[in-house]
Amino acid sequence: MAHAANHYYVPHHSHWPVVGSVGLLLLMVGVSTWLNGADPGFWVMLSGFGVLVCMLFGWFGNVISESIDGKFNQQVDMSFRMGMFWFIFSEVMFFSAFFGALFYARNMSVPWLGGSSNNFFTNLLLWTGFENTWPTNGPGDVGGDFIKMEPFGLPLINTAILLSSSVTLTIAHHALQTGHRGFVKLFLATTFILGFIFVFLQAQEYVHAYHEMNLKLTSGIYGSTFFMLTGFHGMHVTIGAIMLTIIWLRVMKGHFAPNSHFAFEATAWYWHFVDVVWLALYVFVYWM
Amino acid sequence: MGSAVTDAHGHGQAQAIGHGHDEHGPAKGVRRWLYATNHKDIGTMYLVFSCLMFFIGGSMALVIRSELFTPGLQFVAPNVFNQMTTMHALVMVFGAVMPAFVGLANWMIPMMIGAPDMALPRMNNWSFWILPVAFSILLSTLFMPGGAPAGGWTMYPPLVLQTGDAFPFLIFSVHLMGLSSIMGAINVIVTIINMRTAEMSLLKMPMFVWTWLITAYLLIAVMPVLAGAVTMLLTDQFFGTSFFLAAGGGDPVMFQHIFWFFGHPEVYIMILPAFGVVSEIIPTFARKPLFGHDSMVYAASSIAFLSFIVWAHHMFTVGMPLTGQLFFMFATMLIAVPTGVKVFNWTATMWKGAMTFETPMLFSLAFLFLFTIGGFSGLMLAVVSSDIQYHDSYFVVAHFHYVLVPGSIFGIMAAVYYWLPKWTGHMYNERLGQVHFWLSAIFVNVTFFPMHFLGLAGMPRRIPDYSTQFTDFNSIASIGAIGFGISQFLFIYIVVQCVRKQGAKASAAVWENPKGLEWTVPSPAPYHTFNEPPHVTAGAAFS
Repeated sequence: MAHAANHYYVPHHSHWPVVGSVGLLLLMVGVSTWLNGADPGFWVMLSGFGVLVCMLFGWFGNVISESIDGKFNQQVDMSFRMGMFWFIFSEVMFFSAFFGALFYARNMSVPWLGGSSNNFFTNLLLWTGFENTWPTNGPGDVGGDFIKMEPFGLPLINTAILLSSSVTLTIAHHALQTGHRGFVKLFLATTFILGFIFVFLQAQEYVHAYHEMNLKLTSGIYGSTFFMLTGFHGMHVTIGAIMLTIIWLRVMKGHFAPNSHFAFEATAWYWHFVDVVWLALYVFVYWM
Repeated sequence: MGSAVTDAHGHGQAQAIGHGHDEHGPAKGVRRWLYATNHKDIGTMYLVFSCLMFFIGGSMALVIRSELFTPGLQFVAPNVFNQMTTMHALVMVFGAVMPAFVGLANWMIPMMIGAPDMALPRMNNWSFWILPVAFSILLSTLFMPGGAPAGGWTMYPPLVLQTGDAFPFLIFSVHLMGLSSIMGAINVIVTIINMRTAEMSLLKMPMFVWTWLITAYLLIAVMPVLAGAVTMLLTDQFFGTSFFLAAGGGDPVMFQHIFWFFGHPEVYIMILPAFGVVSEIIPTFARKPLFGHDSMVYAASSIAFLSFIVWAHHMFTVGMPLTGQLFFMFATMLIAVPTGVKVFNWTATMWKGAMTFETPMLFSLAFLFLFTIGGFSGLMLAVVSSDIQYHDSYFVVAHFHYVLVPGSIFGIMAAVYYWLPKWTGHMYNERLGQVHFWLSAIFVNVTFFPMHFLGLAGMPRRIPDYSTQFTDFNSIASIGAIGFGISQFLFIYIVVQCVRKQGAKASAAVWENPKGLEWTVPSPAPYHTFNEPPHVTAGAAFS
């Protein structure tokens, strides 16, 4: 009766949200005390992270078993879809803050330090001789001389890897819809392996930048925007690849039907979002 | 109004009551609240939390007003004074006003659109339970070496980077507040779009639902930007980035741009739901339908759109190109147009109405008058050339307190009086409610009106001492603040009395022929209001 077509579904109580709050408390207090120089904070942070991971497993586990029991109707499915859409929108806005910082630095603050607009005397008296160029670590030469990250080479290979992973993911999705589960397993595995390769190569790029190019997070505004944008993106790729791995494990366990596989689709949306962010990064951070 | 309840709908309710005994009923004891998934329970927790924060933030305001009662330094050191102004703002904005509106949304939106609950009930619980964590962290900074954040709630670098041990706690508590708001907003949007009864088209939605839909969109769009801004502060402080460091090619003013890109929509996040509340209450007590329902929707949407392109009017004196100043001035003034549409529509709703003046209506009328004063002083501040004089003066303090206290807070109080009988099943004490209204309305003006004069005469904000010619108005403002603060205990008394069922039994409709689905269900409303989508009859429809 509770699952008739026009009947609302309301889930029962859950203790996972409160567990999540405890995890966040430990995580935030831990990282804050650690940043303030108290070493035990690190372990508190780690325990908070552990609690959060448990919470994610437990909470998603609950939802998955409820879904397998057929408790969800179409309306619940639609709520999940809309929820995921707006979550991704919030992520887009998070990245736009950092892209905004990049555009502001390139079009406003660096030219102004170089004397453009009405800042002739700022340049003359405060930052004598500083010219508006990009990349830059600013008039104070913060972090010392560095070499710019070139767009061709490793970043281009990474672009190819990430774009191909989107293609393989789409193939896997079509295979799922047409019931070719062997292809789903193969192409989904290819997708997350490509994802992890991307992360690995990105780490290589960072090591190279730090050791051979003297390009660091501390290299003025160029280093700040470069590492924060690519770093947050890399973090999202890592999360996405972990999500894809879990979806793959669920496929191996026989989850998902050709016409009902929201978790698969949500992960795919997330992966495409990460892909689009990379394209913007490639154009504005590496190339232009 | 009971006639609006159709057979199918009555059937749904019988089941909702029957369900009270199985897993969908309230759990026993503390688990009911810790593990809550019910929108009414979570709404109650939000409102209680907000009330607690209102009193904590209010006591900080009273520390400020006590210090400013006379010139010279009396009670607190300047650094403590600065901590009070900073924490008062953070607590009131993120702890009192925003959670109060989310609490109202939780209680009312499912009832108003014919849904059983919020769309994502467990996430709803998490949105709430993040808040006590966030504010425990924030308030604990008061006891840390170096004290609480003292650089203003806007957290401008480089000043905020001088915060002591509190600094990372400030940043992460802001992150948590953002997380809570984003999840709450996602829930509101999904509930409104997906859980609405099929017979309620978008333009038939009540104004409170409409304004919250727009508010939720603003929240999802700007809270992540705030998260980005404070993350940059964190990395500048601890990891050597140069976002706000001119020597590295960054710019401290860039923080202000990013912050106010969040901050200005935030202003509308705090007022749009109050617009919605007033748009529900005025028609009920004027006994006329809301004038220009659809134009109200378009006006609220226009305000939301414009809120994204006016942020730099908070920064006219920090230095920006002339074209920038002109653009932001004109765009800001443009907001007066849709806001004017709303004010005139409320006024037109009352035109030739059979008006009565119960407490919710009194608060709504005070809202209408006093919010408009705040709107007009906002227009004065929008003029670049005069803003250079007004900037960072008590005139600004007067302006935003007029829109926030008799604006947002009065909106919240009006909503509580209006819907409290629906929540508890009993009437509140009308006579005491009106006493509370008059005390609040008088003291709020005694507090904030003199601040206009202080600001125009040149008294700067955020300063614990002042020159002697400002004494009279400051003393008056302090007396008003203490009076306003004490009056709010009466509010608590009235609400507690009503919750303890000491008033008369409330009927389903509560008021005389109010519009909306929430008045078609019994008072108090069943635990899960609707089990099946109800029908929207002519009596309950809006447009």
